Amino acid sequence: MTDLEFLKLSGPAKTAWKIGDFFRRLPGKIAGGCKKLGLGVVSLFKNFGLNIADLVQTFIHGDWKTKLSYLVMGFGSAARGQWGRGLLFFLFQTVFNLYMVNFGVAYLAKLNTLGTIETYKEGRRTVYGDNSFFILLYGVLTLFFVLAFIYTWRMNIKQNKISEQILKSGHKLKSTKDDLKSLADEQFHKTLLALPTLGVFVFTILPILFMILVAFTNFDATHQPPSKLFTWVGWDNFRQLLSSDTASYGNTFKQVLFWTLVWAFFATFLNYFLGMLVAIMINKKGIKLKKLWRTILVMTIAIPQFVSLLYVSKMFAADGLINSYLLKWGWISQPIPFWTNAHWARVTIIVINLWIGIPYLMLIATGILMNIPADLYESARIDGANAFQMYRKITLPYMLFVTGPYLLSSFTGNINNFNVIYLLSGGRPLSLELSGNAGYTDLLITWLYKMTVTDTNYKLAAVMGILVFVVSAVINLVVYNMIPSVKNEEDFQ
Amino acid sequence: MSKQNQIPEVDIVVDEKAGVIREVKDERKLRSKSGHERRVNTAIYVILVLMSVIWLAPFVFLVFQSFRSYALESGGMVNYLLPKTWSLDNYRWLLSGESNFIRWYGNTLFIAIFCAAIQTVMVLSVSYALSRLRFKGRKLIMNTVLVLGLFPGFLTMITLYFLLKQLGLTQSGAIPGLILIYCASSGMGYYISKGYFDTIPKSLDESARIDGATRFQVFKKIIMPLAKPIVIYTVLMAFMAPWGDYVFASYVAFGSEPNYNVAVGLYRWVNVNDYQGYFTRFCAGGVLVAVPITILFMCLQKYYVEGVTGGAVKG
Repeated sequence: MTDLEFLKLSGPAKTAWKIGDFFRRLPGKIAGGCKKLGLGVVSLFKNFGLNIADLVQTFIHGDWKTKLSYLVMGFGSAARGQWGRGLLFFLFQTVFNLYMVNFGVAYLAKLNTLGTIETYKEGRRTVYGDNSFFILLYGVLTLFFVLAFIYTWRMNIKQNKISEQILKSGHKLKSTKDDLKSLADEQFHKTLLALPTLGVFVFTILPILFMILVAFTNFDATHQPPSKLFTWVGWDNFRQLLSSDTASYGNTFKQVLFWTLVWAFFATFLNYFLGMLVAIMINKKGIKLKKLWRTILVMTIAIPQFVSLLYVSKMFAADGLINSYLLKWGWISQPIPFWTNAHWARVTIIVINLWIGIPYLMLIATGILMNIPADLYESARIDGANAFQMYRKITLPYMLFVTGPYLLSSFTGNINNFNVIYLLSGGRPLSLELSGNAGYTDLLITWLYKMTVTDTNYKLAAVMGILVFVVSAVINLVVYNMIPSVKNEEDFQ
Repeated sequence: MSKQNQIPEVDIVVDEKAGVIREVKDERKLRSKSGHERRVNTAIYVILVLMSVIWLAPFVFLVFQSFRSYALESGGMVNYLLPKTWSLDNYRWLLSGESNFIRWYGNTLFIAIFCAAIQTVMVLSVSYALSRLRFKGRKLIMNTVLVLGLFPGFLTMITLYFLLKQLGLTQSGAIPGLILIYCASSGMGYYISKGYFDTIPKSLDESARIDGATRFQVFKKIIMPLAKPIVIYTVLMAFMAPWGDYVFASYVAFGSEPNYNVAVGLYRWVNVNDYQGYFTRFCAGGVLVAVPITILFMCLQKYYVEGVTGGAVKG
């Protein structure tokens, strides 16, 4: 299809064509992805080979300082006067060796079974056996430590090679003082990123990897360390969550996933369009007290959600203010089941979320609306366009173009929007038709929370976390390929 | 306005013929349009007033109910809005030390101050490094953060809990434990401030570099003074977040009442304890939490708006 043909299509047809086009291109893309992956693997092996070759070469041609560095890390650097580097290398090696001898090897050895010695009671005394939790956690940590060690060792060899070359060419090596200085200059990024990277690694990456592994174990209420062991079970948990036998969670999962997507859709797009509408109204020429309207709306952002949402949730309760007044005025004879009927609860949540979301969108839209060139509207007006036409042909496309990435991230954000659901309904109403304690307003994320806290069913919580990731990732990939503003970071700068 | 306007129109009609007649028509159309305009504006005003009422109502109600007398009326939920006896019973009870409220408030304030300081340093370092410096692995870091962001936050809750427990930072050590959790991964929230740094012209750095400044000096002396709005935004966000956290706080401090934060304490009053006895106290507590934060937020609103709009546009 040529550009011209595409432009002739009507709005819905354009969208349909785009979606169709995405799926038409999908096989090609997947093939491309596989090819890239294959090439990546090949180059990985190639790299590995090259590295080994280089190691051998360096060893053969290197002087005795270099050769000794293969055993004692940092020796070469220290012997050539770079004390700082040498000491760091040596310290790292010492810590690594001590760790491996004292803990690492033991944890690694048990990683394949996650422990075999049960905890038992000897009279009144409890004799603790293996702790599967720590075996898994420290096992993963040890694996990382080993990888880090190999990398550092390789760096240490490379250092020697480079130093030798520099010395041979008659230049001087950097002193420790130079090294320290460069941390505020050429190597400034290392100074800036060291702490944040360490934090993210220990408190995000390591726990996520750990939980991914937990999804393949039977870690739950009946297998809880330190008194009980847990072990690897393969894909069993995925089967339990996804298959629709009576004993498994498949049906519930489908329902919760469906509601999660419906919720994310409404929470994103209703807020978006209504927020934009409010922004347009406030920004309209001739409307006074613009600042006041904005301030009133923005105030809701300032107040901590647990205060406002908990209060609103109580307002809508069966004995809350809204029902009480409606009853008193005689408009209803029974309290409206805002939180006890599945449909009512879902609609109420979406409506209350408008109250949370419109102010944000109003702010964002205001900023963007002011950036739309006024002469666009001017010329449209001269051509006789009415307000709605101008909105559809100028405002909306502009907004969508600029906020495309934001819409996407807010959709993913809403899939994981814990606070609104948990503080408003807590996932209720519950039902016997749903298993695993899930309620009709539970999102995957609140269900995950319940599984963790209430049921201590960690294995299924882990599987669910992985599935949430998969859902978000798929949506992101699909939409990112369709969004027109494919961002080039440097372009923007 | 009609008389004064009509006189020149007539004049024009007399002076020039064909073209001017259309002009008169246009004028009329314009006037009718301004009538239309006025109607639209009135409708907008009505909507805006209605919205303001809806948006403010819960807070006004909250304040009203916090003043209901606990001793003479009821501390629970009642079917009317305005208290029959206004009193400060609830506030007095909260501040008397009979409950742990003051303690919770102090805990949260403590966490918020520490987080504001540490997170700001972390976020600004990361965003500066990713925005201004070019080094190996930069793209890798950004992509990793992108992927990590797709995992739901609570997935790691159990692991974090046990990690903290190993360090002795749960229950009675919950406060430093929470600070550690909030701050450790805060570098991942660099998007908005990186977007801001991206807009500062690079020529500034370059000229300073030519003059012999190190990258650290550029960061400290040139970028930081220009980045004041985003610094304030980051501090504000980091300070406000701990006030609303329920999930991690309740998990880490589980069972150790003196170490709750306000969110956990108040949530438990209305949802776990007998809420009929604690409802007005919850309202009063909510007011005490919301008022200072709202005032702070309103004072710094400008910076917040700047950050949010900037963040959305740059993704």
